[in-house]
Parts: sequence; structure tokens; C-alpha cells
Amino acid sequence: MTTTTSRKRLLNGLSDATGGIGDRFRALPKWQRGLAFLAFVAFLYYLPLLGIPGLTWLRTDSIEGGNNWAGVLFVCAVYVLIAIGLNVVIGLAGLLDLGYVGFFAVGAYSVALFGSTQSPVVKALQERFDLPQGWAVAWAICIPIAIAIAMISGVLLGWPTLRLRGDYLAIVTLGFGEIIRIVVRNVSWSGGPHGVAAIPGPEGAPSADNQVFGLIDAKPWYWLALTVVLLLVLAVRRLENSRVGRAWLAVREDEDAAAVMGVYPFKYKLWAFAIGAALGGISGALFASRQGFIEPNQFNAQLSILFVAMVVVGGAGNMAGVALGAFLLAYLPERFRDFAEWRFLVFGLALVLVMLLRPQGLIPSRRRARELKDRAEEVPASV
Amino acid sequence: MSDQNPDVTSEETPDLDEIRSSGPVPRQREVLLDVDHVTLRFGGVTALDDVSFSLYRGEILGLIGPNGAGKTTCFNVMTGVYRPTSGAVRFAGQKVTGRKPHQINRMGIARTFQNIRLFPEMTALENVMVGTDSQHHTSVMGALFRLYRKKVKPHELPVVDSTNGAVRIWQQVRLGCAKVFGISRHTLEERAGERKALELLKFVGIVGRANELARNLPYGDQRRLEIARALATEPKLLCLDEPAAGFNPAEKEELNQLIRRIRDLGYTVLLIEHDMRLVMGVTDRIVVLEFGKKIAEGTPAEVRDNPKVIAAYLGEPADAA
Amino acid sequence: MNFDELFGHLGQHTVDGLAKGSIYALVALGYTLVYGVLKLINFAHSEVFMVGTFTVVGVWSLLGATDSPPLGTLLLLLAAGLLAAALASGLTAVAVERIAYRRLRRMNAPPLIFLITAIGLSLVMSEAFGLWQGRLVVGIPTVLERDVVFSIGGTDVTNTQIITVVAALVMMAGLDVFINRTRYGRGVRAVAQNPDTAALMGVNKDRVIALIFLLGGLLAGAAALLYALRYGNTRFNVGFLLGLKAFTAAVLGGIGNLRGALLGGLLLGVVEVYAATLTQSNWEDVAAFVVLVVVLLFRPTGLLGESLGRARA
Ligand SMILES: Nc1ncnc2c1ncn2[C@@H]1O[C@H](COP(=O)(O)OP(=O)(O)OP(=O)(O)O)[C@@H](O)[C@H]1O
Ligand SMILES: [Mg+2]
Repeated sequence: MTTTTSRKRLLNGLSDATGGIGDRFRALPKWQRGLAFLAFVAFLYYLPLLGIPGLTWLRTDSIEGGNNWAGVLFVCAVYVLIAIGLNVVIGLAGLLDLGYVGFFAVGAYSVALFGSTQSPVVKALQERFDLPQGWAVAWAICIPIAIAIAMISGVLLGWPTLRLRGDYLAIVTLGFGEIIRIVVRNVSWSGGPHGVAAIPGPEGAPSADNQVFGLIDAKPWYWLALTVVLLLVLAVRRLENSRVGRAWLAVREDEDAAAVMGVYPFKYKLWAFAIGAALGGISGALFASRQGFIEPNQFNAQLSILFVAMVVVGGAGNMAGVALGAFLLAYLPERFRDFAEWRFLVFGLALVLVMLLRPQGLIPSRRRARELKDRAEEVPASV
Repeated sequence: MSDQNPDVTSEETPDLDEIRSSGPVPRQREVLLDVDHVTLRFGGVTALDDVSFSLYRGEILGLIGPNGAGKTTCFNVMTGVYRPTSGAVRFAGQKVTGRKPHQINRMGIARTFQNIRLFPEMTALENVMVGTDSQHHTSVMGALFRLYRKKVKPHELPVVDSTNGAVRIWQQVRLGCAKVFGISRHTLEERAGERKALELLKFVGIVGRANELARNLPYGDQRRLEIARALATEPKLLCLDEPAAGFNPAEKEELNQLIRRIRDLGYTVLLIEHDMRLVMGVTDRIVVLEFGKKIAEGTPAEVRDNPKVIAAYLGEPADAA
Repeated sequence: MNFDELFGHLGQHTVDGLAKGSIYALVALGYTLVYGVLKLINFAHSEVFMVGTFTVVGVWSLLGATDSPPLGTLLLLLAAGLLAAALASGLTAVAVERIAYRRLRRMNAPPLIFLITAIGLSLVMSEAFGLWQGRLVVGIPTVLERDVVFSIGGTDVTNTQIITVVAALVMMAGLDVFINRTRYGRGVRAVAQNPDTAALMGVNKDRVIALIFLLGGLLAGAAALLYALRYGNTRFNVGFLLGLKAFTAAVLGGIGNLRGALLGGLLLGVVEVYAATLTQSNWEDVAAFVVLVVVLLFRPTGLLGESLGRARA
């Protein structure tokens, strides 16, 4: 009993601290918030070079056998992107998607299958259209293809299933993630269980000659991923503060009431699925490009559940929260290597504790007051 | 409320004769809503049994009856939450039955709920703005890219009012951009929605709480907020399900005035209410349900003197009266 | 598509499917019981089953089980395995309810919170076993050598198949009697139909809920023993796929409906074996998911409808 209460106090204290910071931040004038945000962004870009005395212990290569710091940051950025996308589905629209890894896989495989000279799809295209041996779809074209395919698969999954009740939807999406993995493993055009190698990056196929996006130096990759994350955060923010975001929240809060108010729940749920899928696809595409090689078993259901954990533990509905959740989830096992083996256990535990003690997550979502200035007082009384 | 119209007090508790002489009982006999032999069964329970009535444009119709009579169910059938077992509902000549709730709303029927169903984690203002959803033309792409831009009148341009130098420069840059490129349709629609929501909040008297979460509002304000949200959908017909439940007499009187103001703005109102003083005072006509059947219809005075209605409310079988 | 193989040995594949489906059915009963009363998916039930399989491993290695022991030892091993697995699974299920769900029930949490909690618990349990028992497949001694008992028209029926199907049917019948004929069962049905009224009538809701978790756990433990006999191995994540399929079986038959769980389990087993035969096992798992999606879309109440409360109430 006492342990529960003390644990609860700890957790409350933690999130009061984080939530308190959030509130204080929100209370600042707009321009100060903007400046603080810019400074934070600058710090993020500086992060791979981190050499400030007293902070270097944060680097993952500060421990023995630790992974390349920029490489870890890249993975963190990809996870943050995933969390932002999944947050649209879970946090905003209130749909529990347990198969998000499916979209991640679709994005990764789209780039792999269209961009790699070794993929069966590219080989078939070469034969069909008499193209030279080294031909493959350019990376810059692979990315939109990946987004499009991921969105289409989101719509295809959502169209029939979004009419289901919430908990059924969760199980069906879990099945979807598994189906994607099994299909990729079993069909011949995907490289089968051996996966696909030679996946291109922005500079083409992975090779030692690449100047910027090479195999060794991960910093450019991180900066690329970070830029993508920032752009998409702004995009999702725009949606959140629009008719669409309001409709998502309304549907999450009370679907029937929203429908009676003229909001078509199915349409917005489908949009949430499609947008979430697109973001998952982009993150998968980035991930595959950096790795240069993917195989089906990298996309298992456990990963889906981990994705849900980062959103839920961080604070569903709040982008800062889910980004923090994703960062912790990707970073902690790398920095504390002894912990890596335990990470699924710990994150499972975190999931349970958060649900039992603080369902709103570490940084709870708070609706931002609209900046009405004094307009509230000036409105005319007529309708 | 302090900012209420001063002649509210002079009009308090109008007696029936006054209403009959002054009140425009069915002004134009144009049928707006037609409930046509609607029957709805839940398994063995017949919640609505061959109910028919019409609602004329511009009137306030009361729908009354003892608990469990089927009043709320009637609303649910009208707004597409339930599909009737048989019969149909028509609105302005078009069939309502078989359409989805959001389509029905867009035809012009809005409602409130007996057990308040706001969006608790959204602010009052956002709750009302959800109601404006159908008046937007931009959607996901519009919000994301904001490419469709319009030149706007000077008073709609961003203001430059800051005294802080850096911020002022920023505001001037925005003003310049807005002058050169115009303002996106998305932004204009957001602003229009916000303005309208604020007006409605003011209309129902809770504009001061616009930024509070709906779940933190006091009970009475939540009921008012539901009305504002329903009005935001620009309905022709407003259906109120026991809007005065849990109100004290003063609040009921305010509500009475609110409903009249709504009617005066040209809305047709269908009102479910248990408080007889309120119903008799504000409605033009009344339909009475009991055990899913319509047992009476007429002006408040007619209904009040109808033996069947008296029996229904006294809980005796109608033929014993 | 290997239609020749399927239709050439249709009887054989059907029998095998029924045996496989019996295990699904037993696990499905756990989902159905909980769903029937609480209207929520006990996602952690798959791990309750997993605990059962590891209990069998532990008990048998404690008793020094070897491949094909003499009959007396075999019976002892089966009895001990059944008892221990059922007990371990049952207690695990009750613990899950006590630790996670009771608190959430008190808070009146929405179903998705239950589901996420259960997912977290499930992850914790399977990971705990992964860390403790290793992440590789753990072999189980073949105490019962596969043996053809009889064959009709070219269809061989083996001893494990008979034991599996018979055991499932017996337990199913026992559960049916328990729910429909005993005082405890009446309490369960009362709570399933209307929890509030049942509470007013003096039924202890918490006790009833603990009871259904216990029942589901016991059956999952029994299923774990049958699984050990059939497959001869287990793994820390064995529950995930099997749980998902058992849930599919429950939905297929009509979740909340006891007989539906049996029907759904058997049917799913047969469908899977057919699919495996047609596609050289590659698409076996996809078949189950496709069944799940199709059932949910076209007949969400399943084949027999959802009703624990209405089961001869
Ligand atoms: N979804 C439902 N399923 C089964 N029965 C229902 C359902 N909704 C309503 N009923 C039944 O229909 C009848 C009418 O209910 P309704 O809520 O319309 O009454 P009401 O007139 O609004 O009463 P009140 O004044 O208490 O609000 C009741 O007997 C109720 O039990
Ligand atoms: Mg009612």
C-alpha cells in the first residue's frame, strides 16, 4: 500500500514538474515562446556535436562499446516521427492502432523495393522496360511513392475497420501489422525472409564514395531526420488547430454527439488513419534509407506495442509528451546498455503504471487557450 | 445575468391569456417537420407507437409526457441516432429517415441532449466551433498548405499594435505578407468560426468562460453551452431536450427568455420539458406522449384541460377520468 | 495451391484441425468468460496460457520426465502437469484481475484503458519469462509418443488428437454445467446480465469476477498441457499468436458465448490446417487474421451471437 502511494507520489511529482513547466511555458508571451522554441531547435541541431563539459555524459559513445552518438540520435528522431504520427491516431482521434509497425514497414519496403538495384521489383521493371542494370527509381521519387503507398494502405485498412468498436479495432490492427510482416516474408517480390539490401539514400545507393549521406558519419542523417520531424510537427500543429483537429477531438470525446453536430466521424477517422499512416511511412522510409538493408523480422508486433507505449507513456494527445516518450524509449537502452535487455520489460511496466496511476501520461495534454485578446468583449450581441 | 436585457424582469411569468392574445400562434402554416406514423421497438419495448405530428415553421412546439414516454427516443429518431421500425420523418419536404446523423444536421436539425453530452476536454469556445464544422470549405489540405488566398478588406488585415520593437517588426512583416499575398481561406474561415462561436456564447450568456474546459463549467453553463453549440450548426429547427432540468426558478426564467429570443431570430423550436409552467408559458402548441403513443395535441390551454393528459400526469388510466 | 493434397486427405486434415482447434477453444473460453461479464478483451490472457506451458516444463523437469515413460509414470506426469498448469494459470489470471483490472473498474475507466493496461501486463509477463527462461524455444519431453489408435477410411487418428479433443469437450461440458446449473454459475450469469441489479440482489460482484478469471485461467492451464503434448516445446512469446487466434475463435463463435467459443475454436483450427495444407504453412497465420476481419466486418456478433447472460438465463 505504502509503496503504491509513494510510487504514485513520485509519478505525480514527475509529471507535475513536467506539466508545470509546460504551463509556465504556455503562460509566456507568444514572442518569448517563439524565441525559446528557436533556441531549443538550435540546440537540437547542435546535439550530435555535443561537447559542453558536464553534458558529455549524455552521449552514448561516452560509455564503453557505446553506439555512434549521431546514429543513436537519428534513430531517436525516427522514433519521434513515429510517435508524432501515431499520436494523430491515438492521441487526437482516439483510435487505438496496434499495427502501426505495418505502416512503418510499408514505408521502408517501398523505398527498398523501388530504390534498390537488388530488389525483385526493380529487376522486373528493368526487364520489362529494357532498362540498364544499374537503374533504380531515384530516392527523391521513392519517398513520395512510400508516402502514397502508406496512405493507401492506411485507407484500405481503415475503410472497412473504422466502423468497428474501439477494442475490436485495436485487435484488427494488430492483425494487420502481422499480416504485412507475413506477406513480406512469404511473397517472392519482396525479397522474402532475406530482406532487401542496397537501399538508396539521398545520394543514391550506399557506398563509401557518398560525400554527405555516407555509411560512417550519421550526422547528416540526423540533421535530415530532424528537419523532417520539425516540418511535420508544424504540419500536424496546423491540423490540430484547424477544423480537422477539432473534429478529431470531438469524435474522440463523444462520437455520437459529434455526428449530431454535423461532423462526419468516419471521414475524420479515415483522415487520421491516412495521415498517421503517411507519417509512419515517412519514418519507415528514412529508417530504411539509413540502414541500407531491411528484413521482415525487424517489423514485429512487439515494436507496435512499443510505439503505443511511447505515445501513451509520454502523454497521448500532446506532441511534446509523445516526443519525449519516444526519445526516452529510443535513447535509454542505448545510453544504459545494461538496461537494453530489460527495456521491453521496463516499458511494459511503465505502460501499466501510467495507466493505473496517471492515465494522461507524463506530460498531459492541455487544451491551449485560444488567444482571444480582448475580442471576447467586443463582439456584437447579434447573431 | 447582469448584462441581461432590462425588460426581462417586466415580462416575468407571463400568464396564459396574455400569451394567447399577443403570441402569434401558428403564424404561417408551412410544415417544417413531419413525423409520419413512426414506430420504434427495442426488442419487446415499443418506445414509439405510431406517432404522428407536424411542426410548423416559426413555432415553438412542446413535447411532453411522463418519464419513459418516448420523448427522447423521438428526438433520436429525428436526428438519425435510431432508425424507426416503421414510418418516416420528413424535414422541409425531404426524407430524414435513413440518412446519417451528420447529414440530417446539415439539412437543418440541431439538438441538445438530456444528459449533457459536451466534449469535456475541449474548451467552451471549441465546443461551439465544432458546431461550425459544416460551414467550412477547406479541410485537411486547406489547413496544411493554405494556398487558396483571398484579398481582404483593410479591417481584416493583421493589426500592428505591439510596443516591443522586435515583435512590432514581425507584425509589420505579417501585415505586408497579408497585403501582398492575401489571407488564406482557411484562416478566414477559422476566424469566422471563432467570431461566430463567440457571438453565440455571448448570446447564451457565457462568453466570459470561452476558454474554460467544458467539463469545468458549472452545470447551468453546460446546458447553455449545449444550446450555443447546437445553434452554431445553423439549424432551421432546434430541438431542446429538457434544457431546464435541474434549474432553479430564476434560471428557468432566463431560459424562458432565451428560448423566446431564439424563436424571434427565426428558428423553429421543439422543446421537451417537464416543467409545466415553462412549457405552458413558452410554447405555441403541445404534443403529449404517453407510453410511446400520442395522446393529445393542441394549444397549451387545450392540452392543459385535456382529461387524458391530466390522467397521464396523475398516473391514472385515461378512461377512468 | 496444393488442392490435391487437401482433398486427397480431407479427413486427415479435418481431424488434425479439430485437435488444433480444441486448444484454441479452451483458451477462447477465457476470453469469452471475461468478455461476457466485463465486456472487455483480456489481452493478458495469452500470457496466462504462456505461464501454464512453462509450469508444465518446470513440473515435468522436477519429476524427471523423459521421452516415452512407462504408463504409470505417464499418468502421473499428465495429472501433475494438468494440476500444476491449471493452478498456475488460474492464479496468474486472478492476479492480473486483482493488480490491474480491479483498480480500473473502481475508476470506471474506458475500455481502451483496460486494453492498454492489459497489453502492458502482457508485455511484462512475456518479457519476464524471456529474461528468466531465455528467448529460445524450450523443449518439452515427448512423454506421449504419437501413435495411431485407429484409422477409418485412410484417416489416421492419433492418441494425442483423441486426448486433446476429448479433454476439450469434457472441460467444455463441465464449464457449461457449472455456469448453468450451480449456484456460482447463477451468480456469474446474473452479473453478466446486469451487474447493478445483481449487486442489489446480494451477489458479490468482485468475487464473481475473480471466479471467472480463475475459471478462464484453469482452462488456459489445461490448454497449456495439451499444447505441450502436441507441440513439445514452448517459448516466452508463445502466447502472443496463440492468444490472438484464440481471441479470433471467440469472436468467430460469438464472444461472450461459451458454446460459441468451442465452435469457433474447432472451426478456426480446421480452417488453419486447410490453409496450411494449401500453402505449405506459409499463410497459416494470415488465414486466422483474415477470418477475424471478415467475421468482425460481416457478423460482429459471431456465429452464435454474444450471450453469456442469456445462456439459458
Ligand atoms: N436504447 C434503448 N434500448 C432499449 N430501450 C430503450 C432504449 N432507449 C429508450 N428505451 C426505452 O424507451 C422508452 C422511452 O424512453 P425515452 O428515453 O424516450 O423516454 P423519455 O420520454 O425521454 O423519458 P424521460 O422524461 O425520463 O427522459 C423507455 O421505456 C426506455 O426504457
Ligand atoms: Mg428523455
